Amino acid sequence: MNLAPIPHNDHLFVRRLKQVGELLRGMRVTWGYLVRPSRVVTREYPENRETLTFPERFRGQVVMPHDAEGEHNCTACTLCEKACPNGSISILTTKNIADKRVLGRFVYRLSSCTLCNLCIEACPFDAIHMGHQVDNVEAASYERAALDLILNKREGR
Amino acid sequence: MNTPSSPSAPAPEHRLPPGFALHASGADGSQEYFLNMGPQHPSTHGVLKLVVRLDGETVVEVVPHLGFIHRAIEKMGESETYVQYLHLTDRMDYLSSHINNLGVCMAIEKAMGIGVPERGEYIRVMVSELQRIQSHLLWWGAFGMDLGAVTAFLYGFKEREKITALFEDLCGARLTMNYFRPGGSNADVPENFIPRVLEIVEEMKFTLDEFNALLSANPITISRTQGVGALSRERAISYGCSGPVARASGVNFDVRRHAPYSIYDRFEFDVPLGQNGDCYDRYRVRMEEMRQSVRILEQAAASFPEGPHRAKEKPVYKLPAGSYFSSVETARGMFGTYIVSDGGLKPYRIKSRSPNLSNLAPIAEMAAGGKIADLVAILSTLDIIVPDIDR
Repeated sequence: MNLAPIPHNDHLFVRRLKQVGELLRGMRVTWGYLVRPSRVVTREYPENRETLTFPERFRGQVVMPHDAEGEHNCTACTLCEKACPNGSISILTTKNIADKRVLGRFVYRLSSCTLCNLCIEACPFDAIHMGHQVDNVEAASYERAALDLILNKREGR
Repeated sequence: MNTPSSPSAPAPEHRLPPGFALHASGADGSQEYFLNMGPQHPSTHGVLKLVVRLDGETVVEVVPHLGFIHRAIEKMGESETYVQYLHLTDRMDYLSSHINNLGVCMAIEKAMGIGVPERGEYIRVMVSELQRIQSHLLWWGAFGMDLGAVTAFLYGFKEREKITALFEDLCGARLTMNYFRPGGSNADVPENFIPRVLEIVEEMKFTLDEFNALLSANPITISRTQGVGALSRERAISYGCSGPVARASGVNFDVRRHAPYSIYDRFEFDVPLGQNGDCYDRYRVRMEEMRQSVRILEQAAASFPEGPHRAKEKPVYKLPAGSYFSSVETARGMFGTYIVSDGGLKPYRIKSRSPNLSNLAPIAEMAAGGKIADLVAILSTLDIIVPDIDR
């Protein structure tokens, strides 16, 4: 499909008149927004922090949900560690009192994580999620060490 | 040895920085000088450095310097499994990340003989077209800003946000999507996907009229772009340009039409072609492409089927030894993925043919003889994504 050709053969006066018309047509759009503020969509971020919501599938940093007793679903199977493309996850295992292999520390390096969702897809026990709270998004920090996180709350459980 | 003091060294006026070929014009009173445009320049859209040889305000030669954002993505791909590699393709052309993912997925599917369910194919086409509109909306805003119209920038981003919010609900990310997988996509679409697409389609028709009123026939836009940076059909082909840049020069090539992938052959759409190959034609081709994408979205939404979104997931994706190629049409042109497999879990070599390097190549030819302000307009309508050039 060829684009419509551009007419060039107008008289100079007609052309100038049309150009002024085009400028006014553009101005009508911008002034339209000024007099109809309902079409303005700006959200003021740090101020609306309390009411800010993210979609359920939003990929913030990885979180490990704990229930009321402080238990999580992780069995230290290391599938997420293997699925991670850039080594952001390290599973350090330990033995519990019954000599059973359990999760010691779930080390998660947010500084190298690309939030690609592959660890969550790999997890067969639904033990980790991509967080979708404001706290899971605001990751800025003054030192790199603050981005090395341990996701389980108590060691050995 | 060619030290400056040795007699065989060229005279100082002929010593040019690397990449420059033309000899000094030697015209009376001409004083040529070199100017670094970028890597931190608002109109270079990323870290592109253009070394410009100027005679007054007239451009004599342009040499682009690349490599400021080289991350060795292809090399990293050799040490990652095929599914792990997908998230790196997001970071090449970040405005077409869905379509880049699709290209790699298609190469894997071709190698392993994986089929995609009907619903999965529809999701792929619709998401790709939404991505194309989203990318062109951002380009439209940035184009306005490059020409000095900051209003256009805000309007473009405002409309783009609607599609970005849809992607956020769909796959959880706004830019680096990582949504498509071999055999379909990693999740089904949310329940309200089709109503929201239809809403966007309706709004886009209004938006495009509004955009046309703002910029398309604006006398400043026309005088800045018409007849500026013309690229002939022959030169576009010999530089290997693709996408809107080639189509504005009259090259009738669109991967969606001439080598249909996914289910593009089922939809009716036109491939807009320009005649002059100047900046204004590139502008009009992109505006028309948005309309055609809206048309495809309408048709796809009308016949969106039920069913599974992904073929049965395989525990590991292991490609049989051999080489595989797939090509898709991103918002900027043809994106090819070439995989050489030795039968292992990871590719032996993975190569991307990205559209942006070839699209940037003619810039020296297009800008020569024009003013430096024309160079900004040319760069803007070439719509370069620098991380895609460097990878």
